[in-house]
Amino acid sequence: MAPESAAPARPAAPAPADWPVPVTGWGRTSASSARLLRPRSYEDAAETVRGWALPGARGGIPRGLGRAHGDAAQSAGGAVLDMTALNRVHVIDVATGTLLTDAGVSLARLAEVLLPHGWFLPVSPGSGQVTVGGAIGADVHGLGHRAAGSFARHLLSLELLTADGEVRTVPRGTPLFDATTGGLGLTGAVLTATLRLLRVETSLLTVETERAPDLDDLLHRMSTSAPPRRYEAAWIDLLARGRSTGRAALLRADHLPARELPSRARRAAAALGPGQGPYPPRQLAPGPLGLRATGAWQGLRLRTLPRTGTRRLCELDAFFHPREAPRPRHRGGLIRYECLLPYEAQGTLERLVRRLARRGCPAPLALLRRFGEGDPGWLSFAAPGWSLCLDLPARLPGLGAFLDRLDEEVAAAGGRVRLAEDARLRPDLLAAMYPRLTEFRELRRTLDPRGLFASDLSRRLDL
Amino acid sequence: MKDAFGAPQSLLVLGATSEIALATARRLVARRTRTVWLAGRPSPERESAAGWLRALGAAVHTVDFDALDTAAHEECLGKVFAEGDIDMVLLAFGVLGDQAHDESDPGAAVRVAQTNYTGAVSAGLICAQALQEQGQGSLVVLSSVAAERARRTDFIYGSSKAGLDTFAQGLGDALHGTGVHVMVVRPGFVRSRMTEGREEQPLAATPEEVAVAIESGLRRRAQTVWVPGALRVVMSAVRHLPRGVFRRLPM
Ligand SMILES: Cc1cc2nc3c(=O)[nH]c(=O)nc-3n(C[C@H](O)[C@H](O)[C@H](O)COP(=O)(O)OP(=O)(O)OC[C@H]3O[C@@H](n4cnc5c(N)ncnc54)[C@H](O)[C@@H]3O)c2cc1C
Ligand SMILES: NC(=O)c1ccc[n+]([C@@H]2O[C@H](COP(=O)([O-])OP(=O)(O)OC[C@H]3O[C@@H](n4cnc5c(N)ncnc54)[C@H](OP(=O)(O)O)[C@@H]3O)[C@@H](O)[C@H]2O)c1
Repeated sequence: MAPESAAPARPAAPAPADWPVPVTGWGRTSASSARLLRPRSYEDAAETVRGWALPGARGGIPRGLGRAHGDAAQSAGGAVLDMTALNRVHVIDVATGTLLTDAGVSLARLAEVLLPHGWFLPVSPGSGQVTVGGAIGADVHGLGHRAAGSFARHLLSLELLTADGEVRTVPRGTPLFDATTGGLGLTGAVLTATLRLLRVETSLLTVETERAPDLDDLLHRMSTSAPPRRYEAAWIDLLARGRSTGRAALLRADHLPARELPSRARRAAAALGPGQGPYPPRQLAPGPLGLRATGAWQGLRLRTLPRTGTRRLCELDAFFHPREAPRPRHRGGLIRYECLLPYEAQGTLERLVRRLARRGCPAPLALLRRFGEGDPGWLSFAAPGWSLCLDLPARLPGLGAFLDRLDEEVAAAGGRVRLAEDARLRPDLLAAMYPRLTEFRELRRTLDPRGLFASDLSRRLDL
Repeated sequence: MKDAFGAPQSLLVLGATSEIALATARRLVARRTRTVWLAGRPSPERESAAGWLRALGAAVHTVDFDALDTAAHEECLGKVFAEGDIDMVLLAFGVLGDQAHDESDPGAAVRVAQTNYTGAVSAGLICAQALQEQGQGSLVVLSSVAAERARRTDFIYGSSKAGLDTFAQGLGDALHGTGVHVMVVRPGFVRSRMTEGREEQPLAATPEEVAVAIESGLRRRAQTVWVPGALRVVMSAVRHLPRGVFRRLPM
């Protein structure tokens, strides 16, 4: 038998935690490498952050489930603090509908836990695979912004691990709270959050879909929806040109009150498989079909929707958290362009949609939503106006310059581009889009003078 | 920091007065570049290049850098990286030499080799290390088609570029997965100061065309870029020509 010392003298593999790995956002553009650390306890996380103050360290940034498309949750040459191991739900107060939870838990998981108690999340973004921390950092909005505002509106307080390695309790209404909601992880890492929940009587939604043959018709329908619904969004077919530019499917939904629950509903709901969402219409990748064929197919699918609308029931869970679409696989990555235009600038919105349609962007569908009052987050995206969101392959020639021109129009019209999804905005447009940027920078300078919390986004845009 | 299209915000040019490098810098300043470091031997041309880029809106700094003085590289390049992150390093210095003369003057031939190869190895390794610590960045290396196959008319230059090309390819593989991107650019005949007075060859390009190719290579995170693109096909044929045939070609 060979003695134990004769084991092959291979060099020990480097400790994985200390080895930089490439990190990107959901869009897979602009990779940079960082040490990926996954704290198992608050103390662990605090210890790590204290380590960033050592000479030679390049700071870091918290990260949730990496669903932001841009470079908000990566930190080149530094550390990425993966918060998803801190995922305990601490307290659900079923009587008052308040929740105390770790920031690393996903919204889909929370919905699962809450629904049996008759509570639901007041704001659900387009993916359930988003952590509470990410929802706070990006101050996410759902399909029902006019009714519910963005995530921070329902946040009562949070505990924040700041650059000095201390944990602070941050109540609503303080400057640090307003800097942290929508603050893209740059004020510190959210450890826990206390949230106010939404009471639901059933786990069903009534969902209506209808078709708008062109942009004018769509904007008219969306502007005059009576009675107002909690959830509303339109998917615009960007491949439609000419007279049918702006052709769209419009979706409206409401929670179903218990008194309206028909006996048939239970059967209908039971017929839906788990994770089977009826909407949004699936985005077609314009792969082998080519743009024109995709456009034709898209048109056919939208045209088969009735003009006046159909009504049906749908499970909450399936509606908000359908089985997640696979991660985009485009070579060269995907750019999510999300912008907001105030209602006064409807003309700019129309111009933008026509411009996109004329260019023949291989982005089959663009999501159009109406936003209501904004929330106090200094870098929060939402404000009253139209929000348009679309995904484009980064490899399209000339896309950079094209989007720059859109940015200029958006900024000139008093609108803004979403930072949480951004990977390309020109830094000098930022101040016009986010008027409270100076306050944010100042707070960060006093709270974190050495800039230990820093991301590729914050370096690129000098946040 | 680079954006999603690979456009850098800060640029370090090694070979401050290179026409190709300046054409590239101009294009990049029109996109996202705000800070340019021009590293090269002190000269009035270097200062006027700096002034020209400043007029385009960039913050421009100059540093003294001599490819032949490898002992000083660490210090002078270290200073640049200490001032802030560099998103892209353009390794553009190089000399063509005078083949006919250099064949009978080994000292001059060695200078060509030392500038193009030794100097580039030293500067390339130092920059690669710094980029790796940053966790991101592009190192763009100006090689040449001459590196692909030895030609009677410029094999001293060609062999130095062949060394550089192989070095840069290997470095690219070594840095794969570190967030650092190495791109080898192989232009054919470029009408610049370097080739002034020489007979133009087929598929000639302008410095501006090289700049366009570099910008698009950054966007695609390409590993190899030929300028013009047709050279990729041409050279893959030329590479396999028998020596006897190749020798008789008028190139
Ligand atoms: C299919 C899809 C649909 C989407 N639909 C919507 C939508 O309808 N509405 C909407 O608003 N967004 C939407 N998004 C975007 C997504 O909701 C946000 O980007 C969200 O921030 C992602 O959360 P995450 O946990 O993945 O965070 P990450 O992407 O990992 O991080 C996002 C930001 O939050 C910060 N962050 C993460 N965790 C913490 C923490 N614990 N403390 C402090 N900061 C932290 C990060 O530093 C980073 O700046 C969608 C994304 C996808 C992929
Ligand atoms: N032009 C072509 O046809 C062609 C074709 C293929 C590849 N290339 C390559 O592309 C690169 C740039 O070419 P170009 O056409 O722009 O040439 P260029 O205008 O002649 O520039 C060459 C640059 O190299 C610098 N340099 C030379 N020796 C140096 C040294 N010892 N230390 C520091 N800098 C030194 C020069 O600086 P000074 O001002 O101090 O001399 C000059 O800035 C070169 O590497 C070249 O080999 C050129």
